[in-house]
Amino acid sequence: MSAVAATTETAAAPLLRTDGLAAGYGGPPVLRDVAFSARPGERIAVLGPNGGGKTTLFRTLLGELRPAAGTLQRPPRIGVVPQTERSRLDFPVSALDVALMGTLTTIPWWRRPGRADRDRARRALADVGLADRADRTFGDLSGGQRQRVLVARALVQDAPVLLLDEPYVGLDTTSVTLLDDLLAGLAAQGRALLIATHDVDQARGWERVLCLNRRQIAFGAPDEVLTRATLEATYGAEVVDLTGDRCVMPPHHHDHGAP
Amino acid sequence: MIATLWHSLAEPWQQDIDRRALVEVLLLGLTGGALGCWIIFYNLSYSTESLAHALLPGLVLAALAGIPLILGGAAGLVVAALAIAAAGRTPAVGRDTAVAVVVTGLLGLGALLALSPDTPAGLGELLFGDVLGVTDTDLALAGGLAVAVLAALAVLHGRLLLVGFDRLNARALGVRPATIDGALLLLVAAALLVAVQGLGNLLVVAVLVGPAACARVVAHRMSTMMVVAAAVAVLAGFGGLYLSYYARTAAGASIAAVIVGVYAVALTARSVRAGIA
Repeated sequence: MSAVAATTETAAAPLLRTDGLAAGYGGPPVLRDVAFSARPGERIAVLGPNGGGKTTLFRTLLGELRPAAGTLQRPPRIGVVPQTERSRLDFPVSALDVALMGTLTTIPWWRRPGRADRDRARRALADVGLADRADRTFGDLSGGQRQRVLVARALVQDAPVLLLDEPYVGLDTTSVTLLDDLLAGLAAQGRALLIATHDVDQARGWERVLCLNRRQIAFGAPDEVLTRATLEATYGAEVVDLTGDRCVMPPHHHDHGAP
Repeated sequence: MIATLWHSLAEPWQQDIDRRALVEVLLLGLTGGALGCWIIFYNLSYSTESLAHALLPGLVLAALAGIPLILGGAAGLVVAALAIAAAGRTPAVGRDTAVAVVVTGLLGLGALLALSPDTPAGLGELLFGDVLGVTDTDLALAGGLAVAVLAALAVLHGRLLLVGFDRLNARALGVRPATIDGALLLLVAAALLVAVQGLGNLLVVAVLVGPAACARVVAHRMSTMMVVAAAVAVLAGFGGLYLSYYARTAAGASIAAVIVGVYAVALTARSVRAGIA
């Protein structure tokens, strides 16, 4: 599958576009040949083994790493939804405090968030179904609720593109359904979502799939991309074949993912 | 009865010296309590203590030369920072060890200078503080510090919260962690320079870390915690001054003792409550 498959017949202009992008940490690039675009309404599954370059890609898109080669067109604001397992649970903040952190990009540095900003943060919490949890301590919420608070923070940031780092890790079935609906709703609003995941079956339900293994293996619609050949190139030859041309990852890739 | 109580409460404040000590403790308590909450959540307790100890030689040399202590202290801080940076770069010496060696060396050097028989009397106060020897200049400095630190903490509140809570993603939200770290360290250094004169080199950390540690036991939001910590610091300061007046103990040490006492009570109360629940 060639990287040129990025061109689609979708009419809307891309929110984000890379071409020949390479990135690394000063030495030789750890990720190269990245050429894809993200359009409004697209949920893009970012698949790849650990160390395959998903984190590097996200950090480059966010502007924290300078591209070593190639071009990157991005909107001024990109929202980031980190893994909730990595957030500090002992920190004395409420869900509303966390959502309010999204206002820092939109107000000048000397101003404190005002009533309008607080209303915006409360609305974002309501949008993710947590209106009644706004004043709870972040660390006391469940994993799924914390994940949605972090989504609310990105909504307050009013970012057209959202990067989600394995958002389904550690969620129970109810939370998975809630998050599915939430992400579908965000895409329907015309945002583009890049979702790092290990779950190939889940990726089938989304609009685009981007496969990385130290370089871009493939990008395109799930039906074209999620073939045995592509998945073997992405994950190595450990792919388990269950039914016909549908491929599923061996169990150890699921060790911290959804069942 | 009420008259007697009022009398024993008011008695220590008959003299100007004592009233000045009261104001100094109030100002340093407000500053130290509020700033201390960030020191704790940025894991800067050890750094704060190190800086406080390492600026001692600067203070002593300034006292010997007759120049303002705050200048000596500032110079001492710069020398300490450079020495720690240099020692930390030495291969096979970890950062932690480098800080410990430099700080112990500087504290020892300062104590040697301060306590040598040839040094004029009174320099020992630099180690343990002399809150009863506070001048009007000291009070003006402490007032300026309180205003500056509290204003800076108010302006930086959201950014301090973000970097403390989610350092990795702060840049994506428009905040550079290094800038915030630098600003916080600057505030800590300024607070140390001003507070060290009243509370002494060894005890200043008690006001910067103790009240915040107490507040963390009871409060669940940063702003509440800052208010509680400032209240604990101010009340423990007043309590320490009473203790010092009636028990004839050193003022700085009494204040530190009350803060530690409050912390022990807070911890006990929490474990009792947890035991009941």
